[in-house]
Amino acid sequence: MRPVGFLISAALGLFTPGALAAEDYAQVRPGVALQFPRDHGSHPRFRNEWWYITGWLRTSGGGELGMQVTFFRNRPRIAEEISSRFAPRQLLFAHAALADPEAGRLLHDQRAARAGFGLAEAAEGRTDVAIGDWSLRQTDGGYAAEVAARDFRYALRFDSKQPPLLQGERGFSRKGPGAAQASYYYSRPRLRVSGSVVIQGRELEVSGEAWLDHEWSSEPLAQEAVGWDWIGINLSDGGALMAFRVRARDGGSFWAGGAVRGADGRVRILKPGEVRFEPLRRWRSPRTGAEYPVSVRVHAGALILELEPLMDDQELDARASTGTIYWEGAVRARQGEKAQGRGYLELTGYWKPLGL
Amino acid sequence: MAAASPVLELDARLPGRHDALKILGLDIFRAAQIQPFLAGGEISDRLDFLRADRIFVSGAAAEWLGLKKGDALSIQVGLRVISLRVAGTLGDGRRQRFAVVDLGAAQAIFARPGVLNRIDLRLRPGADPQRLAGRLGSELPPGTLVERPEGDAERTGALSRAYRVNLNVLALVALFTGGLLVFSAQALAVVRRRSQLALLRALGMTRRALVAMLLAESAVVGAVGALGGIALGHATAAIVLRRFGAELGAGYFRGLEPTLVLDMPALALFFSAGVLAAVLGSLAPALEAARARAASALKSGDEERVLERLRPAWPGLAVLLVGAVLTQVGPVRGLPFFGYAAIALLLIGTVILMPGIAVLCFRVVPLLGPLPARIGLAQLRGAPGQTGVSLAAIVAAVSLMVSMAIMVTSFRRSLDEWLERVLPADLYLRTGAGSDTAFLSPAEQRVIAALPGVVRVEFLRSQRLFVAPDKPPITLLARAVEAEGRVPPLLGAAYVRKPGDPPAAWVSEIASNVYGWQPGAVIELPIGGRQGRFTVAGVWRDYARQQGAVLIERYEYVRTTGDANANDAALWLAPGADQASLSREIEGRVAGGANLEIAGPGEIRSLSLKIFDRTFAVTYALEAVAVIIGLLGLSSGFGALALARRREFGMLRHLGMTRRQIGAMLAAQGLLVSAIGLGVGLALGWLISLVLIHVVNRQSFHWGMDLHLPWQLLAEFVAVMLALATLTAVASGRQAMSGDVVGAVKEDW
Repeated sequence: MRPVGFLISAALGLFTPGALAAEDYAQVRPGVALQFPRDHGSHPRFRNEWWYITGWLRTSGGGELGMQVTFFRNRPRIAEEISSRFAPRQLLFAHAALADPEAGRLLHDQRAARAGFGLAEAAEGRTDVAIGDWSLRQTDGGYAAEVAARDFRYALRFDSKQPPLLQGERGFSRKGPGAAQASYYYSRPRLRVSGSVVIQGRELEVSGEAWLDHEWSSEPLAQEAVGWDWIGINLSDGGALMAFRVRARDGGSFWAGGAVRGADGRVRILKPGEVRFEPLRRWRSPRTGAEYPVSVRVHAGALILELEPLMDDQELDARASTGTIYWEGAVRARQGEKAQGRGYLELTGYWKPLGL
Repeated sequence: MAAASPVLELDARLPGRHDALKILGLDIFRAAQIQPFLAGGEISDRLDFLRADRIFVSGAAAEWLGLKKGDALSIQVGLRVISLRVAGTLGDGRRQRFAVVDLGAAQAIFARPGVLNRIDLRLRPGADPQRLAGRLGSELPPGTLVERPEGDAERTGALSRAYRVNLNVLALVALFTGGLLVFSAQALAVVRRRSQLALLRALGMTRRALVAMLLAESAVVGAVGALGGIALGHATAAIVLRRFGAELGAGYFRGLEPTLVLDMPALALFFSAGVLAAVLGSLAPALEAARARAASALKSGDEERVLERLRPAWPGLAVLLVGAVLTQVGPVRGLPFFGYAAIALLLIGTVILMPGIAVLCFRVVPLLGPLPARIGLAQLRGAPGQTGVSLAAIVAAVSLMVSMAIMVTSFRRSLDEWLERVLPADLYLRTGAGSDTAFLSPAEQRVIAALPGVVRVEFLRSQRLFVAPDKPPITLLARAVEAEGRVPPLLGAAYVRKPGDPPAAWVSEIASNVYGWQPGAVIELPIGGRQGRFTVAGVWRDYARQQGAVLIERYEYVRTTGDANANDAALWLAPGADQASLSREIEGRVAGGANLEIAGPGEIRSLSLKIFDRTFAVTYALEAVAVIIGLLGLSSGFGALALARRREFGMLRHLGMTRRQIGAMLAAQGLLVSAIGLGVGLALGWLISLVLIHVVNRQSFHWGMDLHLPWQLLAEFVAVMLALATLTAVASGRQAMSGDVVGAVKEDW
């Protein structure tokens, strides 16, 4: 905490006991059991947190769309002793995107706000995060998301019959060899989607399947890490696959991991050595010049899947909110010729190294 | 609503400087949706926008304060100095000086928890701002406005509009005098060339062609002069802006980086005005030359007839009457158009009457004194028309100079007397004028009141209030009034409150003028978030606050707002207490006392008068210009006259007059003519000054002042002008006197 900040507030006598004192970030530790419904909500003492939904939508006319909505919470740990209600104790960001092959590139929008005044909040105890008129809320049996962006709008319901899928060691998900390089992480794959999407004034009824990730952590990526690749695939046999790798500066894997849930509900957590990402085809962004491996072959335990994107240009420019540019695209999974499922592929750190 | 951005906007005191820096406390996420420029400039660490100890400065502010990224910027809050680190500069095309901090940080630093004073709104396309403004206006607390961004610019523009129009009118005055100069020079030139022009007519040139030729000549002269004048004016403006900045002392243009702007329409206007003045100046003589019969014009000695047309008195009197009537008309859109028109008409009327007045005077003055003087006077009596034009030039220049001198002197004396009455205490402490962030807390007030040597102390709190949406904010002053017997000296009668009347308020003369508040009226002031009702108990003269001021009792103010801070303190000292040692005590005992401005009444008075002089420096400069032009007109008039009378001088020399006697004759003529011109000019100047004081100033700025005549200044001026005019007359005749005597007489064809 900056010493000058202390001096200012001390001199002006503004150090009020009720305000969140400038304590350190909470640490992610193994062996802590995740409790629901409490851990569906926000964990304000941790540095970063996100609720992240990706999904495939089918319109009534037969068209296919990819959708993504993410809400981020960041605790910057600055100005925490200031008692003003405007003090930026928690920052909230949101990205929303639609992948419409007819448009050829992502339709996306973003929001950024400091938490406060009911205008932007991330509640504790249940999933309830909103910035202005964008919101993601937990409902009976699922979630509801509403986004009103510049070029599109959607109001979607996500229903789940299955319990949360705890990643890593019962929710403690390692991101590197160090003891502190980890996050608390659970997923909710195979969410049934229903609702409506408005693109260019046309309202479309949609249905489909989605995947929710909720992750929170405090420790930034290891110094050697520049970004990560992540997939979340709803398999056509009723199961779900999550795999990721953290990339090192030379492009190789710094760490990896994943989980496979069978149709029967049994979960197998993958060890770092069992996950491999093999780029098949790269695409260069005409806008930023970054090159993304938009088609990859993923080795995850016994599964080997080839992923092909719905369209190449699914790059998301989030510089105005989180300061990053990444690729987040709807992909189809195949094993050889057989279609095995659909989901999303996320590629970060290809534009500039990610500083989390 | 598409976006709303809350702002806390304050003028922060910079220790050691007189100007304040505007600081905006913003929520950067919301503000960026409304003001995209916030994303430009040099900003490396985005989080710096949120840190409580960082500040971003605009490019203009960085230049003004000499700051770059990483430097420390000190701001005074209360009496303490707080240091913030400059985290970057903002690119803003408007060249305004301001700085940005995070809103939460601003509320903490400036000790205004929970306070916003501005919310910027961006509406969805298609939304109706008027209706929204109406709906919002009813929900907001009193004392707030809903307006478009142009509203602020319009208000500021309206503020300085009267001032700018005044400056433009002063400049037009100089142009008018210049026009007279051209008229006099051209008239006499045409007269001198009458024989040549008649020759041209005799050779077959039509009247129309002759007039066209003469007008074209003067148009060319006017064009060249106008171009040269524009170039010179431009260069002068650039130099003045660079040396002195845009702030002329009236306080309208603080915090601006002035850039020289070529206002093409205005320049075109002035150019054509210059050409027009030249053309008009020669219109009458040209028409006359064209109309005269060629044969008689060919003969010499016929110049006299030209100026006979200016004889009758009634046109001039009619114009004077209309001018007098126009002085009674009120302002148009806050500008005294009819006042300016009245001044112009008075001037024109007198100028038209000048030949008649000259004739009258020449007849009245007795033929006495040494011979050359008598010859000179006789000549004047015989051919008075020739001097009419020079007289007009002197009268115009002198009257304008005198009127402005009287007005400025009256203003200055009124200001001086007012300062004496309004600064009764022995010592004044100020936390810094023109800023919102410096104040004396109650603890500091107690320390000051308990200082040794202080017999009595009076604390003043000042605030700005928006009373009407289309007018700039007025200043609310809160101090102890009736209990301490400190009711300000009132203009007119006081209103004695009856029991049950709302609390008393004393309004300044300007506020009374602008808002129409009279003693006895009940007014509403938005104090403490509510509309407080007050009775106007009297009107007092105030030269310190140009947008108006209202004085209320401090206990009323504290009761309504809970704000016990103070801005200024007036101290009455025990006999024998010494200002210097008391200043040291204050610096020692009051934390941050070094940031207080401590001044005795004498210092404040001299500083105020210095600011006044600086504000009117432009007026002084224009007066000097008018005088110079008048003198030039005079000299050109006399010079042309002397040339025209060469034959006459030759004849006199033949008759035996020495050169010295001719010189004496010229001197006597010059003295008499300029004496008449000065006399009429003084009288006209006095009349015009009355219009300036009671009509123009009152309608433009709502100032009131008492008339004071600067006798000494005027006497000196008269003496100098007489001497200069006489010298000019002699000097311009020198050429004619030294000419070949025989040759001069021969020129008779």
